[in-house]
Amino acid sequence: MNSQSVDEAKHEEVRLMKGNEAIAHAAIRYGVDGYFGYPITPQSEVLETLEALRPWETTGMTVLQAESEVASINMVYGGAATGKAVMTSSSSPGISLMCEGLSYIAACELPALVVNVMRGGPGLGTIQPSQSDYFQATKGGGHGDYHFIVLAPSTVQEMADFVGLGFDLAFKYRTPAMILADGIVGQMMEKVILPPQRKRRTDAEIAEMCPWAATGDPRGRKPNTITSLELDSATMEQNNLRYQATYRRIEQSEQRCVEYLTDDAEYLVVAFGSVARICQKAIDDARAEGVRIGLLRPITLWPFPSDAIAALTPRIKGILVVELNAGQMIEDVRLASLCRVPVHHYGRLGGIVPNPGEITRELNRLFPEAFDASNKK
Amino acid sequence: MDINTIKSAENLVYAKPRLLNDRTMHYCPGCSHGVVHRLIAELLDEMGQADNTIAVAPVGCAVFAYNYIDVDWIEAAHGRAPAVATAAKRLNPSRLVFTYQGDGDLAAIGTAETIHAANRGENITIIFINNGIYGMTGGQMAPTTLEGMKTSTTPYGRRIDLNGYPLNITPLLAQLPGTCYVTRQSVHTPATVARAKKALRRAFENSLAGRGTSVVEILSTCSSGWKMSPVKSNKWMEEHMMPSYPLGDIKAADRPE
Repeated sequence: MNSQSVDEAKHEEVRLMKGNEAIAHAAIRYGVDGYFGYPITPQSEVLETLEALRPWETTGMTVLQAESEVASINMVYGGAATGKAVMTSSSSPGISLMCEGLSYIAACELPALVVNVMRGGPGLGTIQPSQSDYFQATKGGGHGDYHFIVLAPSTVQEMADFVGLGFDLAFKYRTPAMILADGIVGQMMEKVILPPQRKRRTDAEIAEMCPWAATGDPRGRKPNTITSLELDSATMEQNNLRYQATYRRIEQSEQRCVEYLTDDAEYLVVAFGSVARICQKAIDDARAEGVRIGLLRPITLWPFPSDAIAALTPRIKGILVVELNAGQMIEDVRLASLCRVPVHHYGRLGGIVPNPGEITRELNRLFPEAFDASNKK
Repeated sequence: MDINTIKSAENLVYAKPRLLNDRTMHYCPGCSHGVVHRLIAELLDEMGQADNTIAVAPVGCAVFAYNYIDVDWIEAAHGRAPAVATAAKRLNPSRLVFTYQGDGDLAAIGTAETIHAANRGENITIIFINNGIYGMTGGQMAPTTLEGMKTSTTPYGRRIDLNGYPLNITPLLAQLPGTCYVTRQSVHTPATVARAKKALRRAFENSLAGRGTSVVEILSTCSSGWKMSPVKSNKWMEEHMMPSYPLGDIKAADRPE
């Protein structure tokens, strides 16, 4: 092995790990300043991995097990208010507890990263995988008119990659970002290439990059206050209009999705996260039968990739949305397609994950003409 | 005597602290918040911490504390100030970080965050304004409301059988190994103001030296909530609040004998 390939091997560094572990490794390598979390299945490996890796001895990253998810998200709020790159992770019931804090973070226009490794609800529900927090993540969750960026990984590699993407977008737009994973992506082990180690930003860099932050040193500027309170309605309306303007900019610039075999597709499956991978197998099977069908996998659930769906709609005869819920993303697919084509839903609930065969059967039931036509060929 | 003669430099015995700005305070006449704000502003300047402080405001009457003292502030959600301060301090360890909280914020909705931050020994100062009532929302019962005390949600007086006991939380915090200095002060006479200032200075010094959590409770009046004149409020506080919440140091582990 020559020295160049040694360097490459070092850089490539293929590892085998769980999605939750990849989040922890990627956080350290991104140069995150602080992680604050509380154990909950199926995401506790994030905190466990960070505690085992002891990043405070290497990058200087702070890791703290808080007394609750309420405390965790408010620690994130406090850290983000000082301009630091901070994050938390939890699973569905814990995210419900964090929604008040998320509303404050959004209102104060603070960058932060929250990971939700979804489990089935409602209530204490199940520890098995689910996608039933789509509404909560994409429509706000907490009180008030707000959104944050929602990224949906379907591989362990994306779990690692979206930590950096999430923080980059969060700081670019001064908004919280969420990685909305499901229990499958959190728990499964896959090959992953970890990002290179970056240095944490210095206090001087933070002061330069975040002139709004309450860093504690107001020399050269007026003192900063991070607050969401505004009792004057006229000013509060202006604040809201500013939030909405940011959301429109994000909607225009940050829609992301992956399309699979859509070039000649007459039928479309829309699915996100781990379910999209199951759908991909179902689509391969349908293609083998001659059905012209493709897959659209949203990467950003908010902003929803409406433009891509709208572009495909004129030549599509029918859409099936497959989710681990009772029908949530389907509403955004219907809006994006302006109801010009039939949009159907197939969902499994309570932690049940569908297999490719049942999705193919559902496609056959919904779009028999597609399978009939292919049989006649 | 001419006003300008009176205002001459040689007659100056006291000036408004540099860090206390000229905005008109929203606090009611007789309220203790104004005095405590002034002490904090004086101390931050005297201790050279104007460019080294992250202050955390509560929900309650002091939610607008950031409008009056010119340092960097974070306004926390109701009760969460100790969690906010925990991260602010851990991520900015050289800063002086303090919370300013009322009794509802600290001892009702934020009890978990208060106890756990103190138990972890976060190197912060918790300033606890205890006036036994919710001022901002219009005089409802607080966790520290005395037995028999009338509030808008205990219009016939607090009853133990209906409302439970007043929560004397400061001695409870003193039991935690993470706290180094726990004291109860007041600001209703010149002498108590001087003592309260000393206590706050000591707490800030502890936070900067990394000795653990310091808690400075300040027994306070709420003339509007109590529906009394400022003078009568001070008297009522002495006669009724102080027997339940006596002044003085509760824990002084920051200065081992």
